[in-house]
Order: sequence, then structure tokens, then C-alpha cells
Amino acid sequence: MTTPQTKEAPTAQQGKQVVNDFAMTVATMNGSGSQTSNLTLLRALFKMGIPVSGKNLFPSNIQGLPTWYTIRVSKKGYIARRNTHEIMVAMNADTFVEDLASVVPGGAFYYGDHLKFEIKRDDISIYSFPAKQLAKESAAPANLRDYVANMAYVGVLAKMLDIDMQKVREALEYHFDGKEKPIAINMGVIEAGHAWAAANLKKTDPYRVEPMDKTAGYVMADGNTAGALGAIFGGVQFAAWYPITPASSFAESLSQNIGAFRDKPGEDGKTYAIVQAEDELAAIGMAVGAGWAGLRSVTSTSGPGISLMTEFAGLAYYAEIPVVIWDVQRVGPSTGLPTRTSQGDILSTHFLGHGDTQQILLLPGSAQECFEFGWRAFDVAERMQAPVFVMSDLDLGMNQWMTKPFEYPDKPMDRGKILWEKDLEALKENWQRYKDVDADGITYRTVPGNKHPQSAWFTRGTGHNEAAKYSEQAEDWEKNMQRLKKKFTTARQFVPQPAVDQMAGAQVGLIAYGSADPAILEARDYLAEEGMKTDYLRLRAVPFTDAVSEFIANHQTVYVVEMNRDGQMHKLLQLEYPHLATKLHPLTKHDGLPLNARWVKDAVLAEENHT
Amino acid sequence: MNSNGHSNGKQAAAPANIQLNLANLSKNDYRGAPTTLCAGCGHNSIANQIIAAAYELNIVPEDVIKLSGIGCSSKSPAYFLNRSFGFNSLHGRMPSVATGAMFGDHHLKTIAVSGDGDTTNIGMGQFKHIMRRNVRIVYIVENNGVYGLTKGQFSATAETGLRLKYQGVNPYTPIDIVLEAMASGATFVARSFAGDANQVKALIKAALSHNGIAMLDIISPCVTFNNGDDARHSYAWGREHEEPLHDFTFVPREQEIQLGEFPEGSAHTVRLHDGSTIVLKKLDRDHNPADRAAAMRLIEESRGQDVFLTGLIYVEPEHPSLADIYQLPKGRTLNRMTEDMLRPEKGMIDKANAMMF
Repeated sequence: MTTPQTKEAPTAQQGKQVVNDFAMTVATMNGSGSQTSNLTLLRALFKMGIPVSGKNLFPSNIQGLPTWYTIRVSKKGYIARRNTHEIMVAMNADTFVEDLASVVPGGAFYYGDHLKFEIKRDDISIYSFPAKQLAKESAAPANLRDYVANMAYVGVLAKMLDIDMQKVREALEYHFDGKEKPIAINMGVIEAGHAWAAANLKKTDPYRVEPMDKTAGYVMADGNTAGALGAIFGGVQFAAWYPITPASSFAESLSQNIGAFRDKPGEDGKTYAIVQAEDELAAIGMAVGAGWAGLRSVTSTSGPGISLMTEFAGLAYYAEIPVVIWDVQRVGPSTGLPTRTSQGDILSTHFLGHGDTQQILLLPGSAQECFEFGWRAFDVAERMQAPVFVMSDLDLGMNQWMTKPFEYPDKPMDRGKILWEKDLEALKENWQRYKDVDADGITYRTVPGNKHPQSAWFTRGTGHNEAAKYSEQAEDWEKNMQRLKKKFTTARQFVPQPAVDQMAGAQVGLIAYGSADPAILEARDYLAEEGMKTDYLRLRAVPFTDAVSEFIANHQTVYVVEMNRDGQMHKLLQLEYPHLATKLHPLTKHDGLPLNARWVKDAVLAEENHT
Repeated sequence: MNSNGHSNGKQAAAPANIQLNLANLSKNDYRGAPTTLCAGCGHNSIANQIIAAAYELNIVPEDVIKLSGIGCSSKSPAYFLNRSFGFNSLHGRMPSVATGAMFGDHHLKTIAVSGDGDTTNIGMGQFKHIMRRNVRIVYIVENNGVYGLTKGQFSATAETGLRLKYQGVNPYTPIDIVLEAMASGATFVARSFAGDANQVKALIKAALSHNGIAMLDIISPCVTFNNGDDARHSYAWGREHEEPLHDFTFVPREQEIQLGEFPEGSAHTVRLHDGSTIVLKKLDRDHNPADRAAAMRLIEESRGQDVFLTGLIYVEPEHPSLADIYQLPKGRTLNRMTEDMLRPEKGMIDKANAMMF
């Protein structure tokens, strides 16, 4: 072996310990089974009570391309992505050189000793370990050795960072659903790695962990699973979907879990149906058909699917059909960066459809909120008789988030203005599908299966009058479109209000939404350290409510921070509030990575110093 | 409300001379809005046979939903069954809407109307997938080989060499809708001709009793854009070249078959899922519509020949429908389920959180 097993870090670093405040990145090859290892580390740290986040940076590929997983531990509770890492675990020859270069001075570099590279850095601690050998010596069958080799670094890191091995076991038990055989095989490799490190490695870097109590009252969840569970608690009855990264796990989670919550022994049949459609056109078509027929109906997709759903979105808007579209945003246009995160569908989705359309958007900012909007979106859709788009993203949807536990819906289902036989009987024929009797833009609907002879109406995307009859009359068209505009105004009463957090004496306002939230929270602390106090409004829906205009009006300067090129939400706010437009400034990042607090801080300060 | 749980609306006001069916409804209760299609359009006569079939089968209009895509044919659901819910959806996308809608109340019967452009041009993908899913729908293609609403372009079923006024000569091979349906696993496949009212009606009746997709390719001449005497989708050509596979009688479940009408040895009986039967009287061919290979061979042979085979080409009555596959309840409908059935009870939130780490 030409490379040294252990190289000591500069003496300046010695003696000083850094506890529960660092980021570590594991570099592996896609399809090598590293996800289990990384999640095991993440979960073990979480179980130790240390605030933690995990960001998977993966390629659009089944096997072979490089992938990185960054785990951040933060005693302060920051869970946004860090731009830098103190610890690197290199398991991929293809990226070894850049991985080595990426470690911050004073950091630690671990690598499997099957990777033969010359290592010239002397400002970091270097540790190599025999990953392949440890896997070979384990109880793992020969065909699984390459997979479990990644478990070796879990053991090595557990030893070197003081990760509690009992918590490692708990993480494995969760991952393998209590199945003893895979738990034993993997735990065996981890223990071997741990023992090997204890016998052979001398710790020379300052990074380690200690148990805390700051994850009590939290769970680890991804937004797609959370949203699917939320939909189950919202009484979802129909889902149609087409596979697409990063949305597939929403529908898959729905399929896997709904039975456990909704099937009852002795029932006559199912209360739901989930259909994998032939494409996104069919997925939204089925969902619209089911919504029309009175079901709580959802489809899940990402940007390319949203593009394909455009015509149906316009139809559902105009014919007034409730349906939920769960958009897990990724980087576009076109195929773009399909495995990277973005908030780039805001404008196109809000206006989805030709002609005059305004679509309702819900903007979840945490896994817990994905759960909440999972059920709430149905209430809004059925109340408004309109499509409701839930704008999640890849980071929120696919990464594990430390989040508050899911909460049971705080109000009964809102099925909206729907009439059944007895209602029509009481109305004595005095009902028209598109007549605005309540002056709120929302009319009363009936659904197929209603047996009253006056229940039926003809649904169409063509011009229609209040009685749902075909009409090309100019005044019918204009009147109906004006009513739809009024309905959108009414929606303000039914969508989630923004979340506002203020600091005494703040002059600067920040507006953000979705998965940008953790970076904003962290950046506000940094800005406060620099003497800049900020107020923060997190948008949770479009249409905007009065709280948004008040927030803008009450601040000299408001930065709208988002993850797209053109400042899409910034533009939407300017359109909505032209009289406040000059107060609004876009701060945009569109590199496909989850937002980073240092960038937010620097961008705000740069703007402030500039003006 | 009558014993079926239906209230029949205007029935009480019906004058004594109007004939009521067993559902206590007059034929007027099955009519639609006045047609806006061209006089003599084959689509109108199909609409009339839908009305007649539903009336004669004593189907309550509220127990039917009707759907369509976009085009002349897709306008026609407005012209029958006014008391049924209807959805004139998007061009080529009716199959997906119909599939989703079925789950709302899967006890309803669905009549879906499409055209050759709506089905074989823009909608071929969805057409094939609704066939393979075996959604319980009567899927009628009103096939005239031409686009009407956009004024006379070729559709994918237009025969090679067809000349149209503004389009010139069609250079492409036509798509055979029956063959496409068969290839996609359809469980009830028939072809007819709008000018053959009795056959159209009998096929619609049988299709309404089928527990699965029932695809009717009905040649329905366009009197405005494609009705030259030598055009394959014209009245003249259809009348001259139609060769029915069988004499065809549909017997609803409630009625006994009068065996005397069909001498033994010449009749083939197909029992549908709901107990109805189709009795096929042999003509010069001896086609068994339960024989898939024979059906495929028959269609393939008739392609290119100067014959136009009509009748029930294939039926597979026992294949599970989409509602069966999804184990939908026998005794209730999804869209009448209330919160107590749909929202897990409060304690279940702990289970959801326990699933997380």
C-alpha cells in the first residue's frame, strides 16, 4: 500500500473538538446500495437526539454514475443544505480526486483502500479502511458483497464520530422492517468496520457527535410519503399517475399504505382505486373524470407531466371540476435536470391552460405540511370546484426531513356545494349548474349517480350558460368568465394563510415558500448576527391573502427568495400588487441544489450594501 | 320513487295515449336536444338507435352516463338521453375521462361516443388502453373516414386512394378499428353500418349488457364531406357491400328465448354476464364470436376484399371488468361514501407517525 493509512491533520486543529456541528458527504456510485448505509447513519444520528438532515444528490441513472449524500448535523437545529463539508467518505474512483479536493481544511477524508490514488493534501486527516475486505469476511453472500461493502463505512464512521451503535441497529431494524437476516448481515459488516477502526485508526480530526435531546417530538419523513398519507387522511378515493422522477414515490406510497388505513375486515369492497395510467394525459383525464363523478381525486407528477396536463387543467378550470394535482417540481425546461430540485413551475402552473386561467396553488414548506396539504387540498378543490395544485419539489418530496409529527385534520371534510336527491327535491327544480345564487362565484353541482330527474347536466369545455347549455352568446361567455374570476377571489378564504415570523425592529422583509424555508430560517440568524433584523413571510398558497399585501406594505424592502431563474413568485406578487411592486426584489438561485443559508445571507447583504 | 329507487319525473304528467315502458318512461324521456349535425348524417340515426335501445331495455336515464371527445360524433351525446349526465371532454381523451368517471358510481352504464379521428388519430393511445383495461363502457366509433367539423380532412380510417375536395388523394393505409380493438384485448367487438338501424340497435342493446368494454365500429357516412358513391364510408358503398355475419337477436335477461325463431343447428347463443343472451343465426358463414383466432382471421381476410362484414365479431363475456379488478363494492358506490368511511379515525394518526422514523 503506497498511501498512508492515517495522516495527521495540522496541529492547529488538534485538541479542539467540534461536536454536533458539521456536514459529511459520502461519494458512491449510483446503484451500489449506499442509500441504505446513508439512511442508517442519518437515522442513527436522529435517534441520538441530534438535529440532522440528509440531501441526496443523485444522477438520472440506474447504475454507475456518481452520487453524493450529504448529512448535516446541527446542534442549533439547522436542516438546510450546507455548501461545504468537513468530512468526506470516498467510495467512488471516478470522483476521488474532486472528492478529496472538496474537504474543507482541517476536515477528514475517509476512503476505501481499494481505491489507489496518490494523496497530496496534508491539511486534513486521511483515513483509509478495507471496505471490500470487511464485506468479504462478513456473512454476506458473495452476490451481495458489493452492496454491503458500503456498510463498512457506517461502522468506521460510527467508531470515529462516536455514533451510538445501538441507534445504528435501531435504524437498520426500521429500514429492514424488522427482518432479522438482512439486519444481521448488515450489522455484521458495520460491527466489523467499527472494530477494525478501533484497532487501526487514530483519530486526528476534531469532528464528533454527542447525544442531545433536540429531536424529541420530531419524526423523519419525506414529503412524498407524507403527502400520500395526508391524502389518505383526506379520504382520497381515486388516484391516477404516470411514473416520473421525483413524483413516483407519492403514488407508490399511496398504493403501499392506503390498505392499512382504509381496508376494513368484512367490507363489501374497496373505498378507493389507484390506477397507473398510460401517460400524464390519461392520468389527469382519469382524475378529472373521477372528480367529475364526485370522488376525491388526485394525480401526481412533475414538470413534464404538468406540461402534458395543460389542456385538461384548462378544461377542469372552466368546467369547474375538483381535482388535486401534486407537482413534485424538478429542474426544467424540457427533461432538464430530472434528479435536481427547483421551484420553476410556479408561473406556468398558476396560469396552466389556454385563455384566461388562474389556478390555485398550495405551497407546502415541510414534510408535515405535505401531510396537511395532502388532506386539505381535497377540501379546497371540492369547495372551489376547481383544480388545486400542490407545489412540492424534489428536495421536499424525496429527501428525509426532520419534521413535526403529522396532525390529524382539525376539521371535518368539506365536500363543497354538492346536491343530492333530497336537496334537489327541496329546491323544486330551482337549480342551475352554473348559477351563482350565493354571490361568491361558487355554484352548486350534482354528480353522476344522482337519481333525481333534474339532476343531470351536460359538462363541456365549450361555452355554456348558467343552465350548462351550449352557448356562443357573447354575454354568456363574459359573464361566466367574470364569475370564475370572482370565484378565485373567494378562494382566498379557503386557502392556507401565510406563516409570518417577525423580529422586533426589523426593516427588511423576506418572502419565500416551499423547501426554501430551512435556509431562510438559518439565514435570518446569520443576518441578525450581522446586525440586520428581518421579518419573514412564508407563502402557503396562491391566491395571496391580505396578510401578504400587509406584509409588503409594512416593509421598506422585501426580498422574494426562490429557486428559479426568473423570480417567478416575485413576478406573481408584482402582478397582484402593482402599487407595491417597487418594494419587491427577487433573489433567485437555480443550480438544482436545495437552497443554502450562506448564499441567502450573502445575497441579501449584497443587495442591501448595493442599495 | 318507484321500486328501483328512481323517481320518474314527468311520468305522472304523461297523457294516456303515450306508451310507457317497464320503467314507466315514455320515449320522450330518452330524447336529447335537437341535433345540430347535417341532415342525413349517419350519427343522427345512431343517436336514434341509442334512444330506442335504452327505451326498449327499460333503462332509467339517470342510470346512464354519456361521454365523448371532440368532433361531430362527439357532439351527439347532446342529442340523446337528456336526463343522463354527460361529459363532452377533450379531443382524443374521452377514454381516460370515462375510465375515471366509472369509479364514481360503477353501477351506472356508460355510453361513450367517439369518431374515427377522435379515436384513431389523436386518441389512438387512450383507445387502446381503455380496451385493455376492460372498462364497462359501450364505446361507439361513428366512423366516416373524414374530419367534419374542420371541414373535410382525411382521418386514419380513410381508405388508400380516397379523393377529397381540398386534400387530394389519401396515400396511406387505413387503420382498421376492429383489428386495433382486438389486438388490444377488447372483450366485445362489433361492426355495423348506420344505415342498418335494426342491427345497430341490437348491437347497442347487447353492448349495454356486456360487463366490460364493448366496441362498436359503426360506419356512419358523412353526407357533406365523404359520401361519394365509391367511398368506403358512404351510404351507397355500405349498402352494396355490407355482408352481415349473422342474423342477430338480443334477448334481455327478463325475456325467454323463443327457440322456434331459430331452428336448431342454425343458431349460436352467447350468454352475457348479466344473464342476457345474444342469438346469432348462421348465414353462409359459420362464425363463432367466442373464437378469438377465428375473429382475427375473419377481419384480416375481409381487409382488402370488397366486402364489409358486420355483426358481432368477438365476445368474451366472463373477462373481469375494471370494476371487478379494483374490487369495487357490490352494494354501494364510491361517490356516496361519507367521511366515516373515507377518513381513518383519529387514533390512526399515531400509526401514520409510527411508520415514520
